[in-house]
Amino acid sequence: MGFMESVELDSLVEELRNTFESGKTRSFAWRKAQLKSLLKLLEEKEEDIFMALHKDLGKHHVEVFRDEIGVLIKSVNYALDNLKSWMAGKKAYIPLAAFPSSAEIVPEPLGVLLLFSSWNFPIGLSLEPLIGAISAGNAVVLKPSEIAPASSEFLAKNIPLYLDNKSVKVVQGCQKVGEQLLQYKWDKIFFTGSSRVGRIVMSAAAKHLTPVALELGGKCPAIIDSLSSSKDRQAAINRVVGGKWGSCYGQVCIGIDYLFVEEKFVSVVIELLKATIKRFYPKREYMTKIVTKQHFQRLSSLLKDPEVAGSIVYGGSLDSDALFIEPTILVNPPLDSEIMTEEIFGPLLPIITLKNIEDCIGFLRGKPKPLAIYAFTHNENFKKRLIAETSSGSIIFNDAIVQYLCDTIPFGGVGASGFGQYHGKFSFELFSHAKPVLRRNFWTEFTFRYPPWDESKLKFMRLLYRFDYFGLLLLMLGLKR
Amino acid sequence: MAEDVGFDSQVAAKMVEELRSGFRTGRTAEYEWRVTQLKGLVRMIDERETEIVDALDKDLKKPKMESFLHEISLVRSSCLMALKQLKQWMKPVKVPSLLAAHPSSSYIVSEPLGIVLVISAWNYPFLLSLEPVVGAIAAGNAVVLKPSEIAPAVSSLFADILPKYVDNSSIKVVEGGVAETTALLEQKWDKILYTGNSRVGRIVMTAAAKHLTPVVLELGGKSPVVVDSISDLKVAANRIAVGKWGCNNGQACIAPDYIITTKSSAPLLVDAFKFALEKFYGKDPQESKDLSRIVNSNHFARLARLLDDDKVSDKVVHGGQRDEKRLFIAPTLLLDVPLDSLVMKEEIFGPLLPIITVEKIEESLDIINAGAKPLSAYLFTKDKKLEENFIKNISAGGILVNDTTLQVASPHLPFGGVGESGMGAYHGKFSFDTFSHKKAVMSRGFGGDLPARYPPYTPQKQKLLRGLLSGSILALISAIIGWPRIE
Repeated sequence: MGFMESVELDSLVEELRNTFESGKTRSFAWRKAQLKSLLKLLEEKEEDIFMALHKDLGKHHVEVFRDEIGVLIKSVNYALDNLKSWMAGKKAYIPLAAFPSSAEIVPEPLGVLLLFSSWNFPIGLSLEPLIGAISAGNAVVLKPSEIAPASSEFLAKNIPLYLDNKSVKVVQGCQKVGEQLLQYKWDKIFFTGSSRVGRIVMSAAAKHLTPVALELGGKCPAIIDSLSSSKDRQAAINRVVGGKWGSCYGQVCIGIDYLFVEEKFVSVVIELLKATIKRFYPKREYMTKIVTKQHFQRLSSLLKDPEVAGSIVYGGSLDSDALFIEPTILVNPPLDSEIMTEEIFGPLLPIITLKNIEDCIGFLRGKPKPLAIYAFTHNENFKKRLIAETSSGSIIFNDAIVQYLCDTIPFGGVGASGFGQYHGKFSFELFSHAKPVLRRNFWTEFTFRYPPWDESKLKFMRLLYRFDYFGLLLLMLGLKR
Repeated sequence: MAEDVGFDSQVAAKMVEELRSGFRTGRTAEYEWRVTQLKGLVRMIDERETEIVDALDKDLKKPKMESFLHEISLVRSSCLMALKQLKQWMKPVKVPSLLAAHPSSSYIVSEPLGIVLVISAWNYPFLLSLEPVVGAIAAGNAVVLKPSEIAPAVSSLFADILPKYVDNSSIKVVEGGVAETTALLEQKWDKILYTGNSRVGRIVMTAAAKHLTPVVLELGGKSPVVVDSISDLKVAANRIAVGKWGCNNGQACIAPDYIITTKSSAPLLVDAFKFALEKFYGKDPQESKDLSRIVNSNHFARLARLLDDDKVSDKVVHGGQRDEKRLFIAPTLLLDVPLDSLVMKEEIFGPLLPIITVEKIEESLDIINAGAKPLSAYLFTKDKKLEENFIKNISAGGILVNDTTLQVASPHLPFGGVGESGMGAYHGKFSFDTFSHKKAVMSRGFGGDLPARYPPYTPQKQKLLRGLLSGSILALISAIIGWPRIE
C-alpha cells in the first residue's frame, strides 16, 4: 500500500488543528451528532462490515456481530446516555486554608488525537477508542492496520460519509505512514498492538511530551480448578474453548493463551476439550483464519521444536495454502520453549500441569503481567489469593473475554501488558484533561498570608493548617500567646 | 552521606532487584506497613523540623514561613490525610454488572504497581520529594527517591534521616547528579514520577519507553495572570505578589510568570505592585529576610541574560538591582515588553514580572493560547462572562480565579499539567490512584450461559445476540426461558 505524501499529511494535521481550535468539537451537540451518525454507520453498513471482515480474516458474521458490531452499538448507546453527565464539572471540597472559595474539576478535550488500531478486531478496535475520543470532544486521526486492508478501506470510505470530515480523518497505509504520523505533535496517542511497536510509539511521543495509552498483550492464563459438578465442568470448558478459539481463533489480546490444570484432572479436561471443540467447530467456516502467511509461519515454527511437537495431544495439522491450523492442544511443552515464553496469538493451547492448582500463583509471580487472568473455581479462598497475589490488567472468575463487554470496569493492561484504561466512562476520562478550577472572591483577606512574616503569623498559619479552629479563634481574639 | 561510591547501572540494577524481591513478599502491600511508614514520616517532620528548615535555608535561603507553609506543613497534611483515608482508599469499589453477563458481580481493586522512582526538583526540594513518596507508599509500593543535587543540603538530609524513620529495605534514597539519574533511568520501574523541566522530561519519558513504564511528568511553563480592569487592584496585586515573590522568589512552577492587563489599568497596577512590594520587603529588598535567593550562579546568569536583552532594556519600571555574589536579584517589574523578547519566550522562574498591555482584555486569551499550555492560568476579574470564557478556552493544568498558587494546597484537586506542562496528576487521593493499578475483577457463576454465545453460529443465535447486546429485556427473557444448558 502506498503512503501519503508528507505534504498531504501536513495539511491534514493542520486542518484538524484549525478545526479543533475553532471550538467546534467541544459542543455537546457536535459530540452527540457524531455518536448518532456512528450508530447509523454500524446499522446501515453491517453487511459491508461482514464482507470486509470475511475478506480480511474469514471471520463468521455472527462472531463479527457478537465481538465487534454489537459491542460497538452498545458502547455508542452507553456514551450517548451518559455524555451530559460526563461533560459536567464535578464539585470538589476545599479545606479551610483556602477559605472561602469554590472548586470544581472541569473535563476538557485534549485536542487532536492519533489512534492506532489493530488487525484482529479491525473495526472494533478502531471505533471503540474513537467513541471515547469523540465523546471527550477531540479531533481525531484514525490509522487502521494495513494487515486488515478490506476493513481499513471500509473505514476510509465510510467514516467521511457519516462523520464530520473536518474533525475525524482516516489515514490508511503501511508502517511507513505510521512512522510519518508519529513525527507530528499530537495531544494524545492511543495504540493497540504489540509491545515492540508500543515502545516505538512511546519513544516517538516522548519527543513531543505527548501522553500515550498502550493496549498491549501478554500470555493470559486460564486456571482450571477441580469442579465437582459435571455441569459446571462442561460450562467451564465451553467458556475455555470460547475463550481460546471463539474470538478471532486465538488471535486476541485477552484470549486464553495457556491453561493450568492439576495433574490428576488433565485427562478429563483434555477429553472435554476435544469433545467441545468438535461440537463447536464442525466446519472450518466457524474458525477465523490465521491472518497472514507471516503469522502462519510464526505459529508453525512454534511447533517445530521436537520437544514441543512431542507434547501435542490433539490437532497439530497445518494447511499453509488456506492459512489454517487445527485447534491444537499440548501438554507440558518445555517452559523455556518459545511457545511458553512468547504470546501465542493463535489456536495452540498448551496445558501446564501442577501438583496443586494453587502453585500457579508462584509460577505467575515474576512473569510479565498479562492483560487478563482467568480462573475457573468455586474456592473462595483461592479467588482471594489470586486477586491479592497476582497482577494483571483484569482478573475474571469462571469466564473469559466477557470483561470486554462491560462498560463499568476499566479495560487495559499493567506492566508489560500496557497502561491507560478505557471503555465506558474510562474512555471519556482517558481522552480528557481533568482541569481543576478554583475561585476566590475579593472581600475576605487574610493579611497573615503576606510578608513580612513574623512568629505570630507563623503561629496562625500553623493553627490554620492543623484546622484547630478553637486555637485560631483564641489567637484572633488575642487570648492565645 | 549515604551515597554509594560509583552508583552505576550495575549497582542500580542490584538495588532494583532487591526492591523487587522485597516487593514480591507482599510486605509493602499490607495496610499496617503503609501506616507505619506514613506515621514514620510524620514523626520525622515533627522531630526534625529545625533541621529541615535549616537545610532549606542553606540551599535556597528560603524564609522560615515559606519552608513551613509550602513544604513542611503540606507534606505533613498529606501524610495525615493518607492515614485517615487509607482504609477507604484501599477498599474495592463495586460497580454495576453487565446485564448480558448475568449473573455476575464486578468490582475494581486498587493494587500497588511495584517499584516506583521519584525524581525530585530543587525549588521545593522537601515537598517535591516527599509528596510523591507519600502517594507511592499509600498505594503500597516500594520507592526510590532521587532528590535534586541542586539542593544538596536537603538531599543529604534525606539520605541521613529518612532511613531512620521508614523501612529502609523498601524505601531508598539515591543521591547524585546526571550519572546517577541515568543509571536509575536504565532500570525497569513500574512507574516514574518526575518533577522538573521539559528537556529532562523528554529524557525521562524516552528512557521509560524502553521498558514501557508509565510516567507522571510535572513540568512547567509560563503561568499567565490576566488582570481585568477592576477596582480591587490592590488585593489583586497582593495576591499576585505573594504568589510570585512569596513562592521561592518566583522560582516555582506555579508562580505567576507574566501579567496581561489593559492599557488603562497598567499604571494603576504597577503602582499597586510597588506599594505591595514595599510593604512586603521594605525599601531595600536585599535587606529583607523574606525573599529566597536565586538558587545558583547558573540561574543567576540565565536571569541576568533576560534582563540584559536589548528588547527590554528600557522597560524596567521597578527593581532591576542585582548582586551576583549574594545571588540576589530585586523584585523587578517590566512594562510593555515585546512578545518576542527573551523574557516572554521562556519560563522565567525568577523575580522578574513582565506586564503586557492590551486594548481590550479579551485579547489576552489569544496571547495565552498562542503559547504552550501552562501549568496554571490565573484571572482577576468580576466579569462573569470573561471568567466563563477564560475557563472554557484556556487550557492549563489548573485555573484559579481571583487568586494565585492556592490550588497546590488543596488535596482534593488533581495537581498536574497538560501538553508541554506535563502529564498525569497527583495530590491527595489522586496520588494514591496514580501509583495504583485499578484492576477490574469480574466474577461469574456457572449458570446462565447463552447457547447463542457459542458456535455453530445460526441466524437464530445472531438474533438473540442482537437483542441481548442492545439491552432488550424481551431478548434477555427469551434467552433465560429458552435456557437449555448446553449438553
